[in-house]
Amino acid sequence: MSSLTIYKRELTSYFAQPTAYAIIVIFLALSMGLTFSFGSFMRVGDASLEWTFFFWHPWIFMLLAPAVGMKLWADEQRTGTIELLGTFPVSTWSAIVGKFLAAATVWLVALLLTFPIVITVNYLGDPDNGAILAGYLGSFLVCCTFLAITMLVSACTRDQVVCLIVSVAICVTMVLCGYDDFTRELAKATSPTAVEAIISFGVWDHFRSLNRGLFRMQDLVWFASFIFVCLLGTSAILSAKRA
Amino acid sequence: MIEVENLTKQFGSKLAVDDLSFIVKKGEVLGFLGPNGAGKSTTMRMITGFLPPTSGDAKVCGISVIDNPMAAKTKVGYLPESAPLYLDMTVIGFLKFCASIRGLAGSDRNDAVERAIETCFLTSVAKQSIDTLSKGYRHRTGLAQALLHDPEVLILDEPTDGLDPNQKYEVRQLIKRLGKDKAILFSTHILEEVDAACTRAVIVDRGRIVADGTPAELHAQSGSGSLTDLFRSLTTRDTEEAA
Ligand SMILES: Nc1ncnc2c1ncn2[C@@H]1O[C@H](COP(=O)(O)OP(=O)(O)OP(=O)(O)O)[C@@H](O)[C@H]1O
Ligand SMILES: [Mg+2]
Repeated sequence: MSSLTIYKRELTSYFAQPTAYAIIVIFLALSMGLTFSFGSFMRVGDASLEWTFFFWHPWIFMLLAPAVGMKLWADEQRTGTIELLGTFPVSTWSAIVGKFLAAATVWLVALLLTFPIVITVNYLGDPDNGAILAGYLGSFLVCCTFLAITMLVSACTRDQVVCLIVSVAICVTMVLCGYDDFTRELAKATSPTAVEAIISFGVWDHFRSLNRGLFRMQDLVWFASFIFVCLLGTSAILSAKRA
Repeated sequence: MIEVENLTKQFGSKLAVDDLSFIVKKGEVLGFLGPNGAGKSTTMRMITGFLPPTSGDAKVCGISVIDNPMAAKTKVGYLPESAPLYLDMTVIGFLKFCASIRGLAGSDRNDAVERAIETCFLTSVAKQSIDTLSKGYRHRTGLAQALLHDPEVLILDEPTDGLDPNQKYEVRQLIKRLGKDKAILFSTHILEEVDAACTRAVIVDRGRIVADGTPAELHAQSGSGSLTDLFRSLTTRDTEEAA
């Protein structure tokens, strides 16, 4: 109940300011631009959108998702409103959930607004729409993972810029870990077990299978538990800061 | 209604509140005086459940803020020091949000917001965005937020800070009026407010109570009849320590 109130406030705040619009417009421009240029969408005729469209999402999210999440707790701590929130009869957990869902909603809107590309492939060819749906789910989950990381970082600092830089650094690492070209180089330098460990920290392994239209339980569990752990960490940090 | 029992707060090696105990009964207005850094705000943050005490306990309406924080927080209206607010909201939007989070809905919520706006003389700025308000209006918005749910206990950290003389007068009258059937704890640096609004006052210094009594008793205790003299003789001055 109180999560819902906080969710509404955060969402209104995103759309009452330029933040959400700027992010959505940049995301749409980048994702479409990359799809039609480097993705060579028109030439390869990839109706599943796997390589031409979804492939670019982790690269975009690693830079843009932190921009949406950075204010969540950093701003609250800088302006002191955390003291209001902390003395309202709401648990820290419901505030965390409300804020996280609001940021996730901004991204859900952004992803939904890419619908013209789905219409296009359906018009031009005969794609597997189930696989496309799985691709969207994969993108959304990667995005939520990055938002959860940003939230964790924003609980640590009152400075949005610091939060942005640190979160982007972590997200970039997660994208590079497990990206084929990168791991191949890494395999030359280190042992296979180390590479194995690094790949498991990266998002590609889990993102790709969803991208191919496979709903694997292990991927969903990986995303869900990663997000959950970040939110729990946020709660722990916020409580520890007051003591 | 407010029972503070051996409350202690330690920040690292610094003892901010040192074994503080006092009681505020229903119908009482307790003025909380003390030099900068005496521990007034810290004490209030502990009673409102924002900061966990190092040791000791605080009870509001018989409910311990440590054992049952949610229930205790519903009983309290709190104006934090320097009145933090969500700057991206309008006054009325902010008050509606606070009312919702306090569990008010529908016409109850609208009535409560209406009442708070009238009580704090905010009608003229109700639809204005908070970041464009002057300091005094922001402070009054913070005060309105504390009164929304008609709490049994009010904790106000420097409620007259930044207000013009007319509004100072109004707020003192308001505190006096509300104090008839609530328990109010408010901090101030203006000694005249002891006579103007309080039924009792305590002076704290370095986290300890150094004087406690009705305004008349404190005047008598001072010898010269002046509260300023009493305050200066009982509390440590930064100028002394430097010398
Ligand atoms: N989060 C914190 N970490 C470390 N020390 C703190 C913290 N909060 C307060 N203090 C210290 O505790 C002491 C009491 O601070 P507090 O804010 O309670 O004083 P105050 O009586 O409200 O003063 P003022 O009249 O200036 O508002 C101060 O010495 C302050 O530096
Ligand atoms: Mg203070």
